[in-house]
Amino acid sequence: MEMLLSGNEALARGFFEFGGEFASAYPGTPSTEILETIGRHFKDTVYAEWAINEKVALENAVGASYGGARSIAVMKHVGLNVAADPLMTLSYTGVNAGLVIVSADDPSLHSSQNEQDNRCYGKFASIPVLEPSDSQEAKDFVRYGFEISEQFDTPVLLRLTTRISHSKCIVSIGEREEADNHGFERNIEKYVMVPAHGIKRHAEVIKRLEKLKEYAEKTPLNQIIWNDKKVGVISGSIAYQHTRDAFPDASILKLGMGYPLPINKIREFASQVERLFVVEELEPFYEEHIKAAGIEVEGKKYFSNYLELNVTRVRNGFIEAGVVEGEKTDIEGKEKVVPRPPVLCPGCPHRGIVYAMKKSGVYTTGDIGCYTLGALAPLSQIDSCLCMGASIGNAFGIEKAGKTDKRAVAFLGDSTFLHSGITPLATAVYNKSSITVVIADNRITAMTGGQDHPATSKTLMGEDTSAVDLPELCRAVGVRSVREVDPYDVDESIKAIKEELEKDEVSVIITNRPCMLFPSKITDKPYRIDTEVCIACGNCFKVGCPAITGSGETDDKGNSIPVISEVLCTGCSICAQVCPVDAIKKTN
Amino acid sequence: MKNGTTNILLAGVGGQGVLLASEILTEVAKSAGMDAKKSEVHGMSQRGGVVTSHVRFGEEVFSPLIPDGEVDALLALEIAEGLRWMHEISKGGKVVVNDQKIIPTIVYSGGGFSYPESPEKRIMEKNPDAMIVKAFDIASELGNVRLVNTIMLGALSQSLDIDEKVWLDVIERMAPKGTGELNKKAFGRGRSYSA
Repeated sequence: MEMLLSGNEALARGFFEFGGEFASAYPGTPSTEILETIGRHFKDTVYAEWAINEKVALENAVGASYGGARSIAVMKHVGLNVAADPLMTLSYTGVNAGLVIVSADDPSLHSSQNEQDNRCYGKFASIPVLEPSDSQEAKDFVRYGFEISEQFDTPVLLRLTTRISHSKCIVSIGEREEADNHGFERNIEKYVMVPAHGIKRHAEVIKRLEKLKEYAEKTPLNQIIWNDKKVGVISGSIAYQHTRDAFPDASILKLGMGYPLPINKIREFASQVERLFVVEELEPFYEEHIKAAGIEVEGKKYFSNYLELNVTRVRNGFIEAGVVEGEKTDIEGKEKVVPRPPVLCPGCPHRGIVYAMKKSGVYTTGDIGCYTLGALAPLSQIDSCLCMGASIGNAFGIEKAGKTDKRAVAFLGDSTFLHSGITPLATAVYNKSSITVVIADNRITAMTGGQDHPATSKTLMGEDTSAVDLPELCRAVGVRSVREVDPYDVDESIKAIKEELEKDEVSVIITNRPCMLFPSKITDKPYRIDTEVCIACGNCFKVGCPAITGSGETDDKGNSIPVISEVLCTGCSICAQVCPVDAIKKTN
Repeated sequence: MKNGTTNILLAGVGGQGVLLASEILTEVAKSAGMDAKKSEVHGMSQRGGVVTSHVRFGEEVFSPLIPDGEVDALLALEIAEGLRWMHEISKGGKVVVNDQKIIPTIVYSGGGFSYPESPEKRIMEKNPDAMIVKAFDIASELGNVRLVNTIMLGALSQSLDIDEKVWLDVIERMAPKGTGELNKKAFGRGRSYSA
């Protein structure tokens, strides 16, 4: 049977078909649908979970592998930074059952704070990297991943990119094959990484890498598609697909295994073609390895290390290099059309609290989540966004730096707080800070599409479970002033921020309205603008609600008279609260 | 239609059903026995932003992304979004655009942005054969504004050589529960539409 599957769905399918038993992840675009697919379709056969963060996800998967189950840990590229601590030493212990770490990179930063190239982690940790180029391979490479992991006693990094994760292609579907689970066996020298053991294991890692290099020379993961021998191209991942379209006549050495490289195979390929190129997205990863082996090759000179590649960029590179004829494509006649920046949803509980921070005259150190959209006009209230949990440390540091005209409020969501906010909060309390932390508790991981977490009382498999009590957790790390606030009440929210900032100790404000979209859509009677009363002051436009647009009518000074879409409005009342003349009323 | 691959760009605004329309189109191409790929980026675009989806089909498709300027057909569910992507149309490419306007809040919140003036006229100037469809009016007539995407697929289907039965089977299978008949009717209205 054949199905149209995204790379993420296909990878989940591969985990199921090739005997996977344990899957753990923290949600992150573009990787999220992998665990969602496993949870939705295969939960009767396999175990799947959301972990509190990527480090825990990997540690849990490592335990499951030690315990005998084929396992995967799944994360977005920056998630692997969080999980880098276990990763680097996991390379030394190796595995018991097959262990695949999935990293979904995001060239072009479609939904991320950077575009780091995680193939570099393969070299850094001395572990193999597999790079599928479409959905079929995303599925098939899970099998290779488990097999290589078991054969060489190593974790395997399977690297996707947004374009692989979110493109759909035709995939052939197979049956599940069970893998043997022999359980855990004590092996202190292998699994207990004290210096005396680690020193021996590092020697094993070096030997293992040599064996993996031999494997790379023979594996069908790396294959040559012979064509005209004037030009040879070494490529992998999505760049391979773009190259097939951009330069159909070239001979291609396709790398399915991006690390370690098959240097002898590359040398042989190089000797048969007149001119050799590397086409790869982001870092010159293959290129530097190939050059270090003394093989002449051209790459980043023509194919940028900045943003995603596509057929046009690849073709333009070959034209510039003089191996493809024709003019570079440079599209003219682009119309300047109004931008449509992403905005907080109608009724989003973040709107009220962000607006309250704006009115309180504070800096806001932000974090990773929907609420980062509060940085965009017209709210423009987020002043920093670095990585998961950084809001608290950033606010603390600004306070200690001592030269700032306004106070800084740390602002992060419930899922992000659990992921990486608890430790900086304890650090701030311990070091006698007096920052205020706002936790926007919408009871879901919203930005990635509504995933449960340890405070939602539901597991990924849909079971009821216990929930972390956020106010109690804050009190337990030493915060004495913990206050709940309704973010739909603008005045109360402003009052809470001002009062808590006055205190000479760390304080926490927790908002108490759920996400409007997840787990289910919430809506109330919409509001309507009485155009007889409206003075066209534009205050309601400034809360940045997509349900409020211009009616097309203007007053005699030319100011737009607003209208509320009754389809989009959820009845949150924020606009009514900022209207100076009470022109906005709830409908019956 | 370079190298026998057909490239279709679907565009619109978050919430209009661009992604479901592209899903249906890709399934239709697969059901018609072709290789097919589609690509889009979800994430930030869900929040009221610009949404596009690339669909490519033919004997063997490599890149899931349409090369610049090689769009064989543009299906736009919103008229300014149609205008935004006109430069991507290849010579002889088709343009099928819903005449609906969705004006973003940014136009009113003081950033100096404005919605394009007479977008329909500008589209017709660039492509005199463009088909402007009153899909929102038809959807309202059929009693559900969510049918816009299916009506527009019907209009697009006029310029693709794929059997109507294949379309109807896929729509039946993929339409939200209980809306199969209504969606097939909507598709029919688009397929027989003439401006």
